[in-house]
Amino acid sequence: MIATYFTQLSYIAAAALFVLSLKWLSHPTTARRGVRAGEIGMGLAIAGTLVLHEIVSYQWIVAAFVVGAIIGWPMGAYMPMTHVPQRTALSHALGALAAGLVGTSEYYLHTGELSTFTMTALSLEVILGFLTFTGSLMAAGKLQEWLPSRPIVYRGQNAVNLALLAIAVAVAVYLVGNPGRSGLFPVMAVLSLVFGVLLIIPIGGADMPTVISLLNSYAGLSAAAMGFVLDNKLLIVAGALDGSSGFILSVIMCQAMNRSFTNVLFGGFGQVQMAAGAAEQRNYRSATAEEAAAILEAASSVIIIPGYGMAVAQAQHKVRELYDSLTRRGVDVKFAIHPVAGRMPGHMNVLLAEADIPYDRLIEMEEINPDFPRADVALVIGANDVTNPAARHDKTSPIYGMPILDVDKARTVMVIKRSMSPGFAGIDNELYYMDRTMMLFGDAKHFVGELLKEMTGARVGA
Amino acid sequence: MTSTLESAVFVFLLATFLGFEVIRRVSPLLHTPLMSLTNAISAISLVGSIAIAGAEKSQLSTILGTIAVVCSMANVVGGFVITDRMLKMFKKREPGR
Repeated sequence: MIATYFTQLSYIAAAALFVLSLKWLSHPTTARRGVRAGEIGMGLAIAGTLVLHEIVSYQWIVAAFVVGAIIGWPMGAYMPMTHVPQRTALSHALGALAAGLVGTSEYYLHTGELSTFTMTALSLEVILGFLTFTGSLMAAGKLQEWLPSRPIVYRGQNAVNLALLAIAVAVAVYLVGNPGRSGLFPVMAVLSLVFGVLLIIPIGGADMPTVISLLNSYAGLSAAAMGFVLDNKLLIVAGALDGSSGFILSVIMCQAMNRSFTNVLFGGFGQVQMAAGAAEQRNYRSATAEEAAAILEAASSVIIIPGYGMAVAQAQHKVRELYDSLTRRGVDVKFAIHPVAGRMPGHMNVLLAEADIPYDRLIEMEEINPDFPRADVALVIGANDVTNPAARHDKTSPIYGMPILDVDKARTVMVIKRSMSPGFAGIDNELYYMDRTMMLFGDAKHFVGELLKEMTGARVGA
Repeated sequence: MTSTLESAVFVFLLATFLGFEVIRRVSPLLHTPLMSLTNAISAISLVGSIAIAGAEKSQLSTILGTIAVVCSMANVVGGFVITDRMLKMFKKREPGR
């Protein structure tokens, strides 16, 4: 009796702590308190569950705790920050698999005695759980580049995918009406697993921020469905929080790429759009590190626009040195962060914070755009499509309507880039052909190093 | 509609609205830690897995439940550890710089 009270109380306390945890996460100064609250809530909930009277044997639980901790620890403590997106995808996969497996064992434990409602929730749990499991594994594989990160498309792809999902749902509906037909259960499970794979195949690397957020939402919803099946309110609360968080992030990512939400839901996105018309020869101005360093030193305000290319070149730490060097000279340096910079929501902020760049220098798009006309230099490192002015005025451009950073409004624009080749969307960037733009060709890490050398050299000479 | 079902739907609706309100206020600066934290929190499915792994009702359910506990535990440990590691990196400018 006391044990039951303890379980109930611990679940209520855990639900409150989880909400507080997310509330405290809203600001960097209180965020770590949020993690503590989450950990305490989790500890309480686990303790409350272990005293349940229906648990008769602990050997498997303890063994699973140990194995899980051994797998989880390196995934948390040693994973490099550049790999956080694939780690996140992998943990969505694990969470969704857990939900799918619990749903499966619940079904076989109570075959034939499940109410219509429980069977509906259970089908939802299993379909969402298994499709998120394979889908997230595919996403992780693409992010890790074990799988080709370019989109794989074929004719009738959407029709095939939708038909598959429709069959899975039809089987689920039949099972709700006839929960005893256990032969159909594996069919539903397998169809969901296959659908997860097919859903991610047509999606390209640059769309990963949306996909990860969406899978996050699915994983949360499958946990909430598990709560309905087990009649566990704590699971419902935590699943709903996770589901709404993933949903909000996917909406933000969609808006940042100017895609409609339905477009994402049906997976018909991420295709490389081949811009019509061969690239005509246009004039651009290239400059040396020496020239660029001289302009940077004379500037009073500089905005740096980092893109994923910077992370690929592992240039974050060199960029930090550049930031330090300019700040010491009294230059005001800020970083302009586009919502889809990086491979998952907020990824660029983490990469720059890891390089010890203070977070109050990392400014979001809406806030920094009015500052560009007043900036002496806008330095683009490894970003491309998010700086293309064509998104504002060229109705024929595939990225027309996408919110961009107003880099072209700065007094001088510098672009560090390997070559003139177009970006992911396969379109030419007008920014590169402006009179005020200097193209700085080279590897990002190497070129920023050259800039630093020129700047320190100038100081020694003076 | 039974009362348990009704209250479960109620809880889901309220938690979803609460989630929207709380999460909308999270600064985009912290969206990556947000995702890893919600990931760790939703690994609360651990409590469902534990109940199934420890109940010893059938061999199948014990095996599936144990695998589910392993998955959820990996998310709990990994999720909280990496969230805290990331948040530790977010520093304000040191005074005098």
